Amino acid sequence: MRETMAVEAIETGTVIDHIPAGQGLNILARIQKRNAQARLTVGLNLPSKGSGLKDIIKVEGWLFSEQDAAEMALYAPHATVNIIEAYKVVKKFPIGLPAEFTGIFPCPNTNCISHAEPVATRFSVTETPEKVQLRCHFCERSFADSLFKH
Amino acid sequence: MVNPLFRKNIVSISDLSKSDLELIVNLATIFKSQGPSPYLANRVIASCFFEASTRTRLSFETAVQRLGGSLIGFSDGANTSTKKGETLTDSIHMISSYADAIIMRHPREGAARLASEVATVPVINGGDGANQHPSQTLLDLFSIYECQGRLENLSVAFVGDLKYGRTVHSLAQALGRFNPTFYFVAPEVLKMPSYIEQSLNEQGVAFEYLDSLDAAIEKVDILYMTRVQKERFDPTEYMHIASQYVLTADMLNPAKSTMKVMHPLPRVDEIHPDVDATSHAYYFQQAENGVYAREALLALVMNENIQELNNA
Repeated sequence: MRETMAVEAIETGTVIDHIPAGQGLNILARIQKRNAQARLTVGLNLPSKGSGLKDIIKVEGWLFSEQDAAEMALYAPHATVNIIEAYKVVKKFPIGLPAEFTGIFPCPNTNCISHAEPVATRFSVTETPEKVQLRCHFCERSFADSLFKH
Repeated sequence: MVNPLFRKNIVSISDLSKSDLELIVNLATIFKSQGPSPYLANRVIASCFFEASTRTRLSFETAVQRLGGSLIGFSDGANTSTKKGETLTDSIHMISSYADAIIMRHPREGAARLASEVATVPVINGGDGANQHPSQTLLDLFSIYECQGRLENLSVAFVGDLKYGRTVHSLAQALGRFNPTFYFVAPEVLKMPSYIEQSLNEQGVAFEYLDSLDAAIEKVDILYMTRVQKERFDPTEYMHIASQYVLTADMLNPAKSTMKVMHPLPRVDEIHPDVDATSHAYYFQQAENGVYAREALLALVMNENIQELNNA
């Protein structure tokens, strides 16, 4: 089955491709949190050229910046982002883990001051071959990335 | 001398370099032997304890007064506008327009970091929840230096609750810069958290777990005791476990003559009162040293030039 049959092409916007199957809905939820009006087309469990299955999300009318894409990195660290204009890919970049996440995730430590004050959360990211950890700027605790993926 | 601590926020022990730590210890030593100079004359220091504390607040306030400064503040968040729903951000904004520096304790982790980013004057963390308590670490370092004559190459055992004790976490990380050997003696459920072990590994610090307090005593220069808290166990389990982490005077026979016993206090049962009369007991001097360490810290944060250090 060709991909284009499963998910229609868009004129202008962003295509997030090569999302590991199963993570598409998490990314979808995050995009909708950013913009509930975003026009989205979603493909789940599509055959992937490399191996197994993948999810794919097309976002119409919103050209993702690298920072926008970085927000999705915990769910799909190896996905690729395609920026589409006039039905053509004008830019393509891999989602990469940013050095810091600002104002995106609540701190898993419920006694962290960030839960009590009008302040944006900040986490610095450390990545080793074994694991990804996020360290809270305020309470100084480090957390496994799995704690943020829900 | 360029004073690297002038107008610096003191939030976390990780904000202080090895030479910053040595500077504070040196000045505390001078203040203890010569008495403090009026480095806070005409300064107003806010002492903001959103959570009650005895030793930390009293020793900070003593230090401010001995340096000639005056104090404003509160000893319990219950009587402040926090109770009316004011945010910490707003409180600190206001207080920093009144005072020249803010000493604060708060029940939430990260409160001091947030305050330091809002305040226009230096913020000194007197404890933020279970996170950091840097002035305790400074007085511990000063006490270790005072009784051993050095900070480098010491063998230190940490005993008791190593999981929840912020004091041992910060001290282990600070001492880690001075090539120590660490021994940990703790019940399985109260072992050092893995992130502390990881940071010690990254610092190249040698550490090992020992099965008993006795095994540690003959090996070390400093025996750092902490309290195993009842509420972490069921009552029967507590009696069984806590009894293994109680130090008595007769256990100290194999210790080096220079070995000192430290404890952040308050102690409950973990150091028998018969230890107090031995030459190894050092926890009351340690508590007294809280004033000198805090005098040194305040003098350095509030003054660019410290005469005593130029002469040293």
